[in-house]
Amino acid sequence: MRPRHRLAAVLAAFVAACWPGSQALAQATVTIATVNNGDMVVMQRLSSRFEQQNPDVKLRWVVLEENVLRQRLTTDISTKAGQFDILTIGNYEVPIWAKQGWLAPFDNLPASYDVNDILAPVRTGISHQDKLYALPFYAESAMTYYRTDLLQKAGITMPAEPTYAQIRDIAAKITDKSSQTYGLCLRGKPGWGENMAFVTPLATAFGGQWFDAQWKPQLDTPAWRNAVTWYSTGLREYGPPGATSNGFNENLALFAGGRCGIWIDASVAAGLLYDTKQSQVADKVGFAPMPTGEFTGGPTWLWSWNLAIPATSKQQEAARKFVLWATSKDYIRLVAQENGWVAVPPGTRQSTYDSPDYQKVAPFASFVQKAIMSANPSAQTRNPRPYTGAQFVAIPEFQGLGTQVGQTIASTLTGTPVEQALRTAQSATERTMRQAGYPK
Amino acid sequence: MSFTTLDQGAEVTAAPPGARRRSAFPLLAPSVSVLLLWMIVPLAMTLWFSFQRYNLLNPEVSGFAGLENYEFLVTDPDFWASLTNTLILVGSVLVITVGFGTLLAVLFDQPFPGQGVARVLAISPFFVMPTVSALVWKNLMMHPIYGVLGSLARAVGMEPVDWFAEYPLLAVIVIVAWQWLPFALLILLTAVQSLDHEQKEAARMDGAGPVAQFVFITLPHLGRAISVVVMIETIFLLTVFAEIFVTTSGGPGNATTNLAFLIYARALLQFDVGGGSAGGVVAILLANVVAFFLVRSIARRLEV
Amino acid sequence: MRSSRRQMLLATVLGWGAALLLFFPIFWMVLTSFKSEIAAIATPPQFLFAPTLESYAEVQERADYLHFALNSVLISVGGTLLALAFAIPAAYAMAFHPTARTRSTLLWMLSTKMLPPVGVLVPIYLLFRSLGILDTRSGLVVIYALMNLPIVVWMLFTFFKEVPGEILEAGRMDGARTGSEFWHLLLPLSVPGIASTALLSLILCWNEAFWSLNLTTSEAAPLTTFIASFSSPQGLFFAKLSAASTIAVAPILVFGWLSQRQLVRGLTFGAVK
Repeated sequence: MRPRHRLAAVLAAFVAACWPGSQALAQATVTIATVNNGDMVVMQRLSSRFEQQNPDVKLRWVVLEENVLRQRLTTDISTKAGQFDILTIGNYEVPIWAKQGWLAPFDNLPASYDVNDILAPVRTGISHQDKLYALPFYAESAMTYYRTDLLQKAGITMPAEPTYAQIRDIAAKITDKSSQTYGLCLRGKPGWGENMAFVTPLATAFGGQWFDAQWKPQLDTPAWRNAVTWYSTGLREYGPPGATSNGFNENLALFAGGRCGIWIDASVAAGLLYDTKQSQVADKVGFAPMPTGEFTGGPTWLWSWNLAIPATSKQQEAARKFVLWATSKDYIRLVAQENGWVAVPPGTRQSTYDSPDYQKVAPFASFVQKAIMSANPSAQTRNPRPYTGAQFVAIPEFQGLGTQVGQTIASTLTGTPVEQALRTAQSATERTMRQAGYPK
Repeated sequence: MSFTTLDQGAEVTAAPPGARRRSAFPLLAPSVSVLLLWMIVPLAMTLWFSFQRYNLLNPEVSGFAGLENYEFLVTDPDFWASLTNTLILVGSVLVITVGFGTLLAVLFDQPFPGQGVARVLAISPFFVMPTVSALVWKNLMMHPIYGVLGSLARAVGMEPVDWFAEYPLLAVIVIVAWQWLPFALLILLTAVQSLDHEQKEAARMDGAGPVAQFVFITLPHLGRAISVVVMIETIFLLTVFAEIFVTTSGGPGNATTNLAFLIYARALLQFDVGGGSAGGVVAILLANVVAFFLVRSIARRLEV
Repeated sequence: MRSSRRQMLLATVLGWGAALLLFFPIFWMVLTSFKSEIAAIATPPQFLFAPTLESYAEVQERADYLHFALNSVLISVGGTLLALAFAIPAAYAMAFHPTARTRSTLLWMLSTKMLPPVGVLVPIYLLFRSLGILDTRSGLVVIYALMNLPIVVWMLFTFFKEVPGEILEAGRMDGARTGSEFWHLLLPLSVPGIASTALLSLILCWNEAFWSLNLTTSEAAPLTTFIASFSSPQGLFFAKLSAASTIAVAPILVFGWLSQRQLVRGLTFGAVK
């Protein structure tokens, strides 16, 4: 063979190897995009059971880190590229995407699915015009975790319903930086779903809100100033080093490793902190409700991870079959059998909380349920607001906006004065809202 | 090599008849036209989008935007910060990699036991994917609690440094420089090794110390190689993204937002394709300005 | 000579010191990958511990490494070959048949590399969707080839320039046509150059993390996507992250070690006369 032909042959072989093989399979291939959180990893592992029961469905998993996943999914669904058949999305995205007509509705659910078993606030969060556009995989509110041994040593008890001021006092007393014990751990990593998920309800509790009834940003108000001051002085004085890179996962690792005294975060952490396999402090965890401030009864925190099907998916039937399976009571029972009740995906179904087995291993169960039921995402803030959402603002712009403001808030942890940060945040928000054409 | 010869070549061949040029054209055509397409198609689309109101999340907002996207961009305080950060990042990494790269190149030119293995170890970071190196530095090295650097600091009785909060841009620079130092080392080492050893020997006979040898013989010889390192690295450093995405997401505040990251934040976080495209157009302009100056200075250097 | 021995000692200490310092993060990553999650976050860090493969087992259970690795190999090699196929003729033409516009063409090619890929993601995504090549290896091969084309052309150009003109001239006297001059004279002479260009292109393809993350889902997803599923999961993750990183980096690292002499010889970009 002359060299030219040899090269051509190699090239041809490569082109052939790179071309997608024939997809003429009798099976329906369903591509599932999901987050790499613990509960979803369990779902991926257990999905072989589903494939056994449904030999005509083949599952393909795309497991990505949350930020990457969200970016991938949004690009894909908004350009209607149709790369995925099942999406793992939050209760932030579901109503917004449903409104655009991007998601397939879940109607005519079989009686065995028992849709009314799903906790009402969770159901509302993923509905648009009274139709469900996703089914919840797990849901969470927020609560306060603390180390019973540290409080005991300092001779303090946690109030049944702590206030933010009390939390700071306790944090001050149990901080011991020389032994790397930090009194207060909070989310510091910038992002609308990271630090802003904490700061937004914090501001609500201090009487603040993102926008007034005319969509004018309210970030430079005294309420926000007090809230952010509490946040940044608290974390700077009693928090761990590196707070600006700590999100949920990092704080979980810190608390589970015995470095945190108090941690206010999502209620899913409870199951993980009580799990002796994952936590070194499983026998020393106490819990209390999310702290309150001067304004009570406002929206607090409600997040759910849900499975949804894009309207463009060509495998509607098979995809729907899987979504029903993964969010069913049977699935929860399956996880309980395999990994124990403490590891079941929480927050979605009344039947989980009614289960005596669950109550036995999860002392926090009724507590979490109460927190979810009272999260109130559509309640009013101190002053009337034109939007809904507890720890987020349910408008498409919030993803970018929240992340930008989150960056600015994070900079108060590294020395930017609160006043100045909030002025920056306010003007950035005004700019973005003007660009997006608000008030609408 | 390179541009001097290029120039000469250009002068020489501008004159002769087109016979040869015609024979060369079919060879050049495929890759130039492919690159042209690669450049023109996205560029045209980017330009088009930059004049549109186009938000992926909000299809209701649409239509011709005029210069609105550009106005929005240049009145954004983050925009100017991102330009500064881009330049600081590129500049510092260049200084570090060329500086240490030269020293290491001279070092690895000396014979010493295990030199081959040591060299292999030293160039290893170049093979590590940027995402991985950022993750390793963030979690295993610079983490103030679990990181190796933090433990070292505690071992000598110091407070661990919270790198990504206190010196975020420096931390990013360290990571990027770690990745590119081996590249500079590789090129500079080849250059050092090509140095005429007789010349050095002669200088040593004349009583020149190692420092004098380095300054008067090695360094001038390396000029061309340094220019090449600067040029290639600049191309890659202008678009540094993964390292920032993984470690600081551009913060705290806008402390580590470079232009590539700002465009990402606009185009893929806010899904404002119009605004992101305007950023893209500005990035192309910046790239051309930098390319212009870079090429000018390098061409001049190579003519010496 | 005393001074030369001292110089040797100094070179040994400094050379090895620098090498170990630069290599340490990689070493530490590999070491951590053999720890248990609890041992991975121990302070002060442990050098001695009972090694375990549990992180590797878990990583493999969650994602089929070989699938991703095979994609990385196919896409990197494919992208490199395609880039060479376009670049060799172009570099040849520029080096041996330069015109007045050669220089500006070359520079223009290089400047296309300075555009941040994020800026054009949406247009490219839309384009890929219309062509139906999202999540295909061929799509990524094309993108990688285009991405590396400027660098590849420039490197080859500088190698070709080093080929002594007399040899080609002699060939031409013998009546060799452009084509055969290219195949029989030039190519054999520039094999080392082409090889090291290909090496560099392979490394760049393997490590590219933006296009691969955004343009693939599962079928064509390479190792950079594999990493993205371990980068910040719930719970303790340092050991798993290290294990995933180690196996994602290992092939190209070993490949780089084995071929480094070739790379060193070739990686001059015309920097050495």
